Amino acid sequence: MKKLLPLISFLLLTSAAFAQETKANYGELHGNFQFDGQYYLRDTKIDSTGEFYPDERFLGQGYANLIYSNGNFRAGIRYENYQNVMLGFPQGYKGEGITYRYIQWSKDGLDITAGNFYEQFGSGMALRAYEERRLGYDNMFDGVRLIYSPLKGLKLKGIIGKQRIYFQKSPGIVRAIDATFTLNDLFKGMGNSATQYSFGGSFVSKFQTANDPFLNLPQNVGLGALRFDIVGKKWGLNAEYVSKANDPSADNHDIFRKGQALLVNMTYTTKGFGALIALKRVDNMSFRSDRNASTIEGLINYVPATTKVHTYALPSLYPYATQLNGEMGGQAEFNINVPRGSAVGGKYGADITLNYAISTSIYKEYYDKTDTLNTIKYGYQTEWFKIGQVPYFQDFNVKWNQKMNKNFTMTFTYFNIQYNQSVLEDGLGDEPQIANPSASKMVYVNTGVAEFLTKIKPKHYLRTELQAQFTKQDRGNMAMILLEYSISPHWFFTIQDIYNYGNPDEDLKIHYPLGSIIYSTGTTRFQVSYGRQQRGIFCVGGVCRVVPPSNGVSISITSTF
Amino acid sequence: MKKIIAIVGFVSLALLSQAQALPESQVKNIEGKWVSTSTIENDGKPMVISFWATWCKPCLRELHAYMDYYEEWQEETGVKIIAISIDDTRNSAKVGPMAIGEGWEYEVYIDENQDLKRNLGIVNVPHTLVLDANGKIVWQHAGYNPGDEDHLIEVLRKVAAGEPVE
Repeated sequence: MKKLLPLISFLLLTSAAFAQETKANYGELHGNFQFDGQYYLRDTKIDSTGEFYPDERFLGQGYANLIYSNGNFRAGIRYENYQNVMLGFPQGYKGEGITYRYIQWSKDGLDITAGNFYEQFGSGMALRAYEERRLGYDNMFDGVRLIYSPLKGLKLKGIIGKQRIYFQKSPGIVRAIDATFTLNDLFKGMGNSATQYSFGGSFVSKFQTANDPFLNLPQNVGLGALRFDIVGKKWGLNAEYVSKANDPSADNHDIFRKGQALLVNMTYTTKGFGALIALKRVDNMSFRSDRNASTIEGLINYVPATTKVHTYALPSLYPYATQLNGEMGGQAEFNINVPRGSAVGGKYGADITLNYAISTSIYKEYYDKTDTLNTIKYGYQTEWFKIGQVPYFQDFNVKWNQKMNKNFTMTFTYFNIQYNQSVLEDGLGDEPQIANPSASKMVYVNTGVAEFLTKIKPKHYLRTELQAQFTKQDRGNMAMILLEYSISPHWFFTIQDIYNYGNPDEDLKIHYPLGSIIYSTGTTRFQVSYGRQQRGIFCVGGVCRVVPPSNGVSISITSTF
Repeated sequence: MKKIIAIVGFVSLALLSQAQALPESQVKNIEGKWVSTSTIENDGKPMVISFWATWCKPCLRELHAYMDYYEEWQEETGVKIIAISIDDTRNSAKVGPMAIGEGWEYEVYIDENQDLKRNLGIVNVPHTLVLDANGKIVWQHAGYNPGDEDHLIEVLRKVAAGEPVE
């Protein structure tokens, strides 16, 4: 509170000052608020030992953001409160305080931010400060940022700062610059070209003191990146390549290997048809502002996963996350709009989406155990175009969305997923799996989802989901039914049940019923849920986090103004 | 918390004396070019801005539903629908192929690091804004219930006629 009041007064004063200049222009204020809490009930069926039953019984967390802007000036603050964090959320969030405050103004083509900020260079593989509040992911900077456009078609960025780790700062200092050139704006002759050309480059450097008794750890580690983006009327191609100096860390087990990554996206679009092909190769690209950090802490860059995000409850039990220590793979996705009135599309047309994604380790040959020098220096040998030995993930899915008439829409989706549980949940490295392929715990999953949206009467809709998931591994077969009755614009009533009838453990062949009521008015939403939730998995920044099973009553309030 | 809420309430009362415009931010269009939000306009007619993501099912339901009425709404109110995706680089390359593949006729942008979303204080997608002839945000709604489009057209009619909303 002590810190908050001066800030608020500062905001009011600045707005008053501006108001005098601009005559009764008080500027604009945006903000939001979120609170989540759960009262936990002891449920011996999902948690026989009470390992996941919190001592507090009730856990709650919330935040509020305020962003004030007036002309070229902007300022913002965020207050966060964890009393205590919900189960499955990073435990580092403890207590309360102002975690985010900044001022920003732009003048003569220069945009200056002092305080906290989020930023992204290119695809994020060189640098990305990002927040995903629901997951507890927040690696924003506290520092200074300059953005300057000296001429049309050229944009320069420079930043310096430290990253947030929960309520502390990461020990490393990050310095970074980035330039983007848009050729069509820079060269007059290209102004009318139907094809857009741009390219860019970044340099990012981190500094962290080192005093390891055995290893001569680098205190400064640099990373360079180059990218281009060509977009024509139908075709698009963009790519980014990043290369990193040696950066021994807890992630790569202190090897002095250099890192590199390449990401290529190709798109083709024409009326009613869209295609994307993405290719990726990552070698030793963990880049953190604290070499000892793990999970979501202190990540300077972001290596995007090239797989589809699934949101249906059952297939999303097997998600993929980028493996920062190395991976190769790609994906292809096709969106097809079957036109209205055609034989297949029916009166209202249909949408078909096809997606295939695969990810494996990179090809690795390890040095002999006695060759400690090469092992520390390089870790392993690799070949660019040789497919890796360890399968990580594979996913084929197809979705058919068909509107039958004004009152009825159907969506069918089929998923076939191969999931390396050892890598994605247990964090097992490549070496033991290359030596012994049976060390990889693979889960083979087939899932079918049918979804129906029925208009009952004006503003009243019923949405039904039927899901069936088949696997011989992990938790075995499951079936799910979900009914969601909504009355526009205020009410949502949902009940669902997941029955894990195929669990290999007899005691876990149980039901997971859950009911929710949501009331929404304008930009405020209230949600109350009651029921049992099974173990789930959240993936962020290359790490998947297991969210424990729970039972209880949860509430959630969000509001925006 | 109570104190905070009181302060938030006070500050908003003190400052919220006028409708808000779209905050200045840079977003990418599907040609990959950075554009300023100040260039998003509809020639003095209303605009609907829908924040969405490729992985967000209610968002896709919303944008599908609008497509069924878009022609009618355009004739009646001159509205332009803008779909701003908050997908990060994991999915942002899919935004163009998806929007065109689904046959959407909206103007599509990508708010890749969620700067605009943050400046507007938006918590989750879907989140829908209606802007009036002067580019002021006169209505907004969090979430999507099937059938919300029936309410949206009522709002658009009022905005197109220059009448106050609610």
